[in-house]
Amino acid sequence: MHSILKTSLAALVAAGITASSAAADAHGLSGELNIISDMSNPAPRAVMEGLAADFDALHPNLEVNLTIVDREAWKTQIRNALGANPPDVVNWYAANRMRPYVDAGLFADISDLWAEPEFEALASTKGAMTLDGAQWGVPYTYYQWGVYYRKDIFDQYGLSEPTNWEEELANCQTLLDNGVKCYTIGTKFLWTAGGWFDYINSRTNGYDFHMALARGEVEWTDDRVRQTFANWRQLIDMGAFIDDHQTYSWQEALPFMVNGEAAAYLMGNFAVAAMRDGGLTDDQLDFYQFPMINPDVDYAEDAPTDTFHIASGAQNMDAAKEFLRYVTSAEVQTAINGGDALGQLPVNANASIDADKFLEQGFDMLSNNAGGGIMQFFDRDFDAEMASVGMEGLQEFMVFPDNLDDILMRLEETRQRIYN
Amino acid sequence: MSVSPAVPSTRASRPQRGWYKRNEIAITPWLFLLPAMIFFAVYVIIPIGQSFWISLHEWDGLGEKTWVGTANYERLLGWGDANVDRKFSVSFWNNLKWLVLYLLAIPAGLFIALFLNQTVTGIRFYKSMFFFPFVISQVVVGLVFSWFYLPREGLLNAILGFFGAGPINVLGDPTLATYGIIAAGLWPQTAYCMILYLTGLNAVDPEQVEAARLDGAKGPKMLWYVILPQLKPATFIAFVVTIIGALRSFDLISVMTNGGPFGSTRVLSFYMFEESLSEFGFRMGYGAAIAVILFFIMLGFITYFLYAMYQDEKGAR
Repeated sequence: MHSILKTSLAALVAAGITASSAAADAHGLSGELNIISDMSNPAPRAVMEGLAADFDALHPNLEVNLTIVDREAWKTQIRNALGANPPDVVNWYAANRMRPYVDAGLFADISDLWAEPEFEALASTKGAMTLDGAQWGVPYTYYQWGVYYRKDIFDQYGLSEPTNWEEELANCQTLLDNGVKCYTIGTKFLWTAGGWFDYINSRTNGYDFHMALARGEVEWTDDRVRQTFANWRQLIDMGAFIDDHQTYSWQEALPFMVNGEAAAYLMGNFAVAAMRDGGLTDDQLDFYQFPMINPDVDYAEDAPTDTFHIASGAQNMDAAKEFLRYVTSAEVQTAINGGDALGQLPVNANASIDADKFLEQGFDMLSNNAGGGIMQFFDRDFDAEMASVGMEGLQEFMVFPDNLDDILMRLEETRQRIYN
Repeated sequence: MSVSPAVPSTRASRPQRGWYKRNEIAITPWLFLLPAMIFFAVYVIIPIGQSFWISLHEWDGLGEKTWVGTANYERLLGWGDANVDRKFSVSFWNNLKWLVLYLLAIPAGLFIALFLNQTVTGIRFYKSMFFFPFVISQVVVGLVFSWFYLPREGLLNAILGFFGAGPINVLGDPTLATYGIIAAGLWPQTAYCMILYLTGLNAVDPEQVEAARLDGAKGPKMLWYVILPQLKPATFIAFVVTIIGALRSFDLISVMTNGGPFGSTRVLSFYMFEESLSEFGFRMGYGAAIAVILFFIMLGFITYFLYAMYQDEKGAR
């Protein structure tokens, strides 16, 4: 009930703010530009408001209207917002997450924008923005995933960053012998388990296999998928993960690492801010790339990309396109991804990276050591329904690894229904 | 006009009353009912029809609907060669658990009401304390109980630890989680039933109690043969609100487990929400089919309630 009310309110808001619009002036942008953003956390919100204000100041005849919607709520509200009387520009996510809106014709095809020479600096993310041979949006930020660990605990037990699976398992055994869990994780909202699957599967079978699985071309009961789960199970059987993780959210799992009960966390870079808030200093905290499992496959990395899109029903197409050019320009990219703003990685190759050890390591890893490819994340690469059934199965596997056959059978049933 | 009366009619000279005036008695009730009927149709009757219609399609909520006939129902219920949807059967059994166990609120509420139905200094304060859980939001109840159940820091495990019992993770264990949530739901529901019985106890006829006492009735016999029959209206209302409360268990589940672990605490309304309206839910048709089945389950109860009330009123006349 509650969420139905919220979505209909969003539709009302969306309808209200686009009530009037004027034709674009040939000599400059005029009229109104309506933006709905999901950057509702304090720091991103300030960034978005700054972007809108600056763009407004650049174009004196243009009125920029910004609506900020709660990030979680936006995941369901976007359907109503794009329906009748849509805004011009909206936030969303890359890869398969765009699929429902592309298929329904609600996102505008902006391949012409990507054909412009300035957009060559964004080439690394072009694949993630492409569906059916066309581009449907532009990225504005992304961030690396990897293992964030307690350097002081590793030093205490004489451990070093593992580079392959044997070292990883040996490290973990040492930690467990000393009463420290190797990894903290909170799987109550499921997606954190998806990160583990992404990494173990792509390290075991390679990027191409992982993406083929995401596209539904491989059976879940395939032996290669089983190998992934067998590798994962080594960690589970050791007791590498904290107990009762199915009860915690990812934030609730943080104290285990802050208190030193667990040594590491496989997470996105956004967790760093929370860890620093929790009292960990940069001397205690460090980062390493998820170790190699199968030496024959290249490293593939999770680096989810957040995006801007133009609604196909946009009233002010020219202004919307100009806004996307503005957001992706090297200068703006440097500014909005700085440590005092989003604290993430810029998508424009000509932008510079803020002096932050995690951002620098992450950028270096993604530029030089992710030859396999860039994954968006389990819930963005896989079909929405496959992702939700899949992540539930992954959570169950982490608690009851013996149920694997049953879980894989269920996933395979779902795959056949969705992709056939 | 062909036949003109010989004697001019006296009635024609009287001013003719308006059509509304002539039909006032018949029409006025309908006029008063009209706003309610319009709203009921727009917000209840028509959406029910639409749900039926959508449940016969495959639809992602955005694009075109595709007619699939009864395919959604076949998949849900496992007709034909499809297996029964396991998520559906889990949700259905959980709904039944809710319906049965939630009824415990009625005897518990009665017990507390009998206990509190006395005149002691400050009884109003105690009553309001017992009623308190019903006043706070279900979301808060859910949060409080999920902290109570926390595997390490939770009060429940502290108490169990005191008696030497091992720690249990109620909400993380697929066999226990549903019962844990129902227990949380019983807390406010018991308070609700208590207040219904307290008002009912006020209406108990003291003369009958006096007469029963003279005949030597006391204790359980007094309760069963004298008090309870007089509380029948309160029991009926408590039953109705408890059944409805059990079927509306959405918010507690959403707050406490979000349907997990691995979907073991879903009920039909939560499953419907997940399939059609949540972050990854793009199956409007399938969600509508679940809603239709839930509707028929509710319809069973509603029919029974209406029938019982009808019988009651007939008896009173």
